[in-house]
Amino acid sequence: MAFFIEVLAGGLLAGVMYSLVALGFVLIYKASGVFNFAQGAMVFFAALTFVSLVERGVNAWLALVITLAVMVLLGLATERVVLRPLVNQPPITLFMATIGLTFVLEGLSQLVWGSQPHGLELGVPDVPIEWLSQKANINISQFDLFASAVAGILVAVLAVFFQKTRIGRALRAVADDHQAALAVGIPLKQIWGIVWAVAGFVALVAGLMWGVRNGVQYALTFVALKALPVLILGGFESIAGAIVGGLIIGASEKLAEVYLGPYVGGGIESWFAYVIALGFLLVRPQGLFGEKIIERV
Amino acid sequence: MLYREAGQFKTNYAADQQLFPIRQDRIGVAALLVIAFVVVPLTANQYWLGAILTPFLIFALAALGLNILTGYAGQLSLGTAAFMAVGAFMAYNAELRIPGMPILGSFIIGGLSAAAVGIVFGLPSLRIKGFYLAVATLACQFFVLWALQRFGWFSNHSSSGVITAQKIEILGYVLDSPQAKYLVTLAVVAVLALAAKNLVRSETGRAFMAVRDMDVAAGVIGIPLMKTKLLAFAISSFYCGVAGALYAFCYLGTVEPDGFNLDLSFRVLFMIIIGGVGSILGSFLGAAFITLFPIFLSLISQGISHATGVEISHAILSNLELIIFGALIIFFLIVEPHGLARLWQIGKEKLRLWPFPH
Repeated sequence: MAFFIEVLAGGLLAGVMYSLVALGFVLIYKASGVFNFAQGAMVFFAALTFVSLVERGVNAWLALVITLAVMVLLGLATERVVLRPLVNQPPITLFMATIGLTFVLEGLSQLVWGSQPHGLELGVPDVPIEWLSQKANINISQFDLFASAVAGILVAVLAVFFQKTRIGRALRAVADDHQAALAVGIPLKQIWGIVWAVAGFVALVAGLMWGVRNGVQYALTFVALKALPVLILGGFESIAGAIVGGLIIGASEKLAEVYLGPYVGGGIESWFAYVIALGFLLVRPQGLFGEKIIERV
Repeated sequence: MLYREAGQFKTNYAADQQLFPIRQDRIGVAALLVIAFVVVPLTANQYWLGAILTPFLIFALAALGLNILTGYAGQLSLGTAAFMAVGAFMAYNAELRIPGMPILGSFIIGGLSAAAVGIVFGLPSLRIKGFYLAVATLACQFFVLWALQRFGWFSNHSSSGVITAQKIEILGYVLDSPQAKYLVTLAVVAVLALAAKNLVRSETGRAFMAVRDMDVAAGVIGIPLMKTKLLAFAISSFYCGVAGALYAFCYLGTVEPDGFNLDLSFRVLFMIIIGGVGSILGSFLGAAFITLFPIFLSLISQGISHATGVEISHAILSNLELIIFGALIIFFLIVEPHGLARLWQIGKEKLRLWPFPH
């Protein structure tokens, strides 16, 4: 039983890590209808910039501010150079453009900072919590809990931002209908700039968390692929969906690997998440919390 | 002056419905085929045939397959490499396990196996659409590679799943020179491209396009959605499967499941985006662009280091290549979202009207 709980908790906490990346996708999709494939590259870019600055002797807080500024600039530049000329193009074109952006970011970050992997420390050690492993024989990493707390705060902040602030309301209006939003005087360009900047911030947080877990290296870009099933399971438009989807995917993936894996030869983690997501989609094609798809002819 | 259909009158239906209705097009295509089949193998050197032209043709075939699915039937797929892997491994197994199997038969078996896998993973498309479907096809990508690695039967129990393709033997002749492999590839690609060209103007092709433009509307006017979508997946995967078999037999020789990773899927996707979504010609143009571009880039960097005497390190070069590649994709999408094929069309139109602007 203790083992089951440990696996479940480990899965849920891993799921939170996926959610952190998925959040970035959701933000941009919600506000501009763009499926931003470059989110993984943004996570990598942010983490690499931060860790390289720290290694060059910059104070950690200052490095954080600088990285954030870089990410905001990157977001604004993306809006200006990539998205604005592509307004009114079909979604697949925008999607392809973000794949192009992925290549640019991957090349750029490694060109500037080099391609060797870096370790990252945030002051929270990635070790099991002592009293829990002594009392109940359950190993849960301290850092995982820290990451979950960060994710929780992030979601709360984003929820308040989207629901209560003026900009948040404008964002939701843009997401609902570009033209109607323009008609009531919401500056579309500015809004998109803000969304990409916020997505850059989320990418930075996700990059830091994943950087501590796996080290800051090129493989970080593949984290985005892990976040995709979370995304389609939860629904592209829903912040809550990203969290719930992450929890479901994380838990079922770990449980399947432990209890189902031995029967088929292991290594099923690479595709199991996609199959779960696929199963959910067959019942609800818009994901758990996605907006209902209404088809008109 | 040269390219104008004035004076070419059609007096029967067959002439009106032929594949290339304009005489200049027919001459052009025939000339192209003669060059590709006769002149190129005689003049090109081993490197060009083996390392550039053969992979170009194979990728063009894969792009053609994806274009049928994405460009004509409108179902976005990120599982192209998986279908290619199925084609490669099943062709290998057919050749290995069925005594006296002709090589083209193995290619067809590879293609048909890929088509079967395509149908299975195409089933969700009946319910899921757009990006949700694209992510769902990733399930295919990861699952197929996992299965090929996990079950030893596929690779005849070789360690790490590497297979070495058998020798190509047609009518008793062993074809192992780059010229012969190029010709085999070219023949297969030419036949399949012709078939695709015919397919997209048939009733099936029109049904694909109706589904692409709006599947609910297509259903309302009586196009069977399930049959059409699954057929699109089957045909597309067949093309990709044959391309995969050629990739293993005519190009690389030894392949492993990891060679068919997501990057390859994206490469093929880029080919159709840059070449032109929903265009047969575009598949070829896109494949040519993506295959030639890295070579072109390395030539330039060599030229620069010769001219300035500064040696550009390999790491910097590969990163620069990534950046330029990504920037070019964005540039292309902004300047010409319909791809190179559209530029070709515009050029043709200009040529017809020359010397007048309208």
